[in-house]
Amino acid sequence: MNVLMTGVGGQGTILASDVLSEIMMRYGYDVKKSEIHGMAQRGGSVMSHVRFAEHVASPLIPYGACDILLSFEELEAARYMPYVSGNTRIIINRFRLSPPTVIAGKEPYPDIIPILKERTSHIHMVDGSALAAELGNPRGVNIVLLGMLSTFLEPPESLWIETISDMLPAKIREANIKGFKRGAQLKLQ
Amino acid sequence: MKKILSGNEAMARGAYEAGVSFASAYPGTPSTEILETIAKEYKEIHSEWTPNEKVALEVAVGASYAGARAMAIMKHVGVNVAADPLLTLPYTLVRGGIVLISADDPELFSSQNEQDNRHYARFAKIALLEPSSSQEAKDFLKDAFRISEEYGTPVMVRTTTRISHSMGIVELGDVEAKKEPSLERHPAEWVMLPANARRRHPVIEDRLADLKKLAETTPMNRMEMADAGLGIISSGVAYQYAREAFPNASFLKLGMPYPFPDEMVREFASRVKELWVVEELDPFMEEMVKALGIPCRGKDRIPVCGELNPDIIKAAITGQAAVKPVQPTLPGRPPSMCPGCPHRSMLYALRRNKCFIAGDIGCYTLGFLPPLDAIDSCLCMGAGINHAHGLSKVFGPGNEKLAAVIGDSTFYHSGITGLLNLAYNKGAAVLVILDNRTTAMTGAQNHPGTGVTIEGDRTTNIDLEGLVRSLGIQWVRTINPYQVKDARAVVKEALETQGPAVIISKAPCVLLRTGFLSGKPLVVDQEKCTGCKVCIGLGCPALEFRDEKAHISAVCAGCNVCAELCPAQAIGGAV
Repeated sequence: MNVLMTGVGGQGTILASDVLSEIMMRYGYDVKKSEIHGMAQRGGSVMSHVRFAEHVASPLIPYGACDILLSFEELEAARYMPYVSGNTRIIINRFRLSPPTVIAGKEPYPDIIPILKERTSHIHMVDGSALAAELGNPRGVNIVLLGMLSTFLEPPESLWIETISDMLPAKIREANIKGFKRGAQLKLQ
Repeated sequence: MKKILSGNEAMARGAYEAGVSFASAYPGTPSTEILETIAKEYKEIHSEWTPNEKVALEVAVGASYAGARAMAIMKHVGVNVAADPLLTLPYTLVRGGIVLISADDPELFSSQNEQDNRHYARFAKIALLEPSSSQEAKDFLKDAFRISEEYGTPVMVRTTTRISHSMGIVELGDVEAKKEPSLERHPAEWVMLPANARRRHPVIEDRLADLKKLAETTPMNRMEMADAGLGIISSGVAYQYAREAFPNASFLKLGMPYPFPDEMVREFASRVKELWVVEELDPFMEEMVKALGIPCRGKDRIPVCGELNPDIIKAAITGQAAVKPVQPTLPGRPPSMCPGCPHRSMLYALRRNKCFIAGDIGCYTLGFLPPLDAIDSCLCMGAGINHAHGLSKVFGPGNEKLAAVIGDSTFYHSGITGLLNLAYNKGAAVLVILDNRTTAMTGAQNHPGTGVTIEGDRTTNIDLEGLVRSLGIQWVRTINPYQVKDARAVVKEALETQGPAVIISKAPCVLLRTGFLSGKPLVVDQEKCTGCKVCIGLGCPALEFRDEKAHISAVCAGCNVCAELCPAQAIGGAV
């Protein structure tokens, strides 16, 4: 199983992929995960490959082999099309962060849906950011989206909640577990 | 016990299990988290950030003189800085194990080049270990120390970004006791003057022969025989990619690729029909295979440039064209300086003075990007000031406006000697030290100017202005870069001195959240905004231009630079 998580530096993409990896290890799979650090905090694109199976060799997902693409930002969903095939499920958080050329008024924020539709028909928008804000924890959008992702994966809810509890600081634990549970009920559109 | 660890975390764990006493490093992507993990998780090990990689290696060597296990950690280009001690170190006697970790960056995710540091192992004539997973990253660290002491050699462990920053499951091991230090004298083996070094050179050559025998038998090098039609020699993360691409092929997996296990390679080659060498960057192993007179394929099809992946390897070996599915053209999202970054206004002030701006390595290198377009060179750590000096000597004073920028951490790393040269040889250039009180690009590490060590102890805090003056610079100003009009005037004055001048641009990195800035977003009075785009020229991610007007988003840190520049005085604090 190959999950590609994408977003923009500062959205908590890497923490979300850390949590997913830990859960899959506890569930009994071999897990590998790869991402690029360093410049992530500077507002650049972030992607994290998470792979789990009986045995995983490459930490990178081969092209066209992504099972689920979970994007924390709309435009970032369209940036990794080489990994997407007709079987890929794309889940997009309804949230836009303008890149520099859009900020400077040089080009519009692109319409990504047609780009995605060329590859796959399994495209879902979810209101993760809105839900996180509604819950009073906008920074917890990553865990909200994990909640939604959990509905497509094998491990039971109890394992997710136990793992999140172990990995997050006590201060933000309750708020995030609430976010996770609500995320699992998010409607796919 | 099992844990998911990144390659860097695993190497830190490996050092701990190996009973290491001392670890030193200068931060550099992708190596930084190794020492950070040691300082955080394994406090039994003394850890320290050193001003540069040469110091890191030399202090580690000093620690190993006591019989303690010691290691130095750096990114690939850092080894260039440490190359002087590295190439004589093998001549000397090893007491405590001494290991150098080199973290290479194929694809240049965060580097100025993609040099292949495996060449350093051959250059220095030392053992080279190359892990392919987090598990091996941990285990090989222990092997490295064992080999170092058993064979009396420094050992280089070479990782790459995809090993250092990938995570995998690691079975933790037992922890060896640290060695008791004792002071001994070995002048014949530690004083490398010609008479001693001449005697020690044959020791290196004999040792290499012994290490070659080890490479033939170590479990780090192994044949994994399957389908004999295709045999692949590989190492590092490339091994994992090749395994993914060709699960049924036979493999010669080399965890210790130098010295090269000639006999094992000969045997493997004789047992497979078609032989390929799959490695990232240079044909390091391939050339050694060919030197044995064994025909093989490799870099005639596999790219030298950039990182590999399973698809590239599959296409190369099957003879297909490398298929990279078409990626739609989308607005890029390159990294940029943060909202409220103190570098932005200083670079703006420099650019408005129309001078040549020699750059250096750090966040400010991002000032190269439009709209700031304020960096004219970037070669390596500490080079900028020297570029400006060289230019000034060719043009002579007063003919061209020449400036250089360097961060505080980079200045302590290798800028001091350049500034000393500027003063000594009376160059006509302005050095701007962007003193943001941290090593920002690699994630905010302490350095000799911050007054705190990696272990959290208070320590001496350099008086930067005093240091600059002591090097012989008479014209020095310390300024607040957020007062952008003043900054521009000071740059103008400095350029007019026609001699060595230094501006210390002092304001903390916004990521440190010191409270230096209000953190309260400003607002644009839409009535007053004329749409002149002066503020947009700062390239701040908080400023957006739409509907012919400027807008400020919630990511604004309240630095007020755009407000000071706005000709219509349309920007102010929230009402």
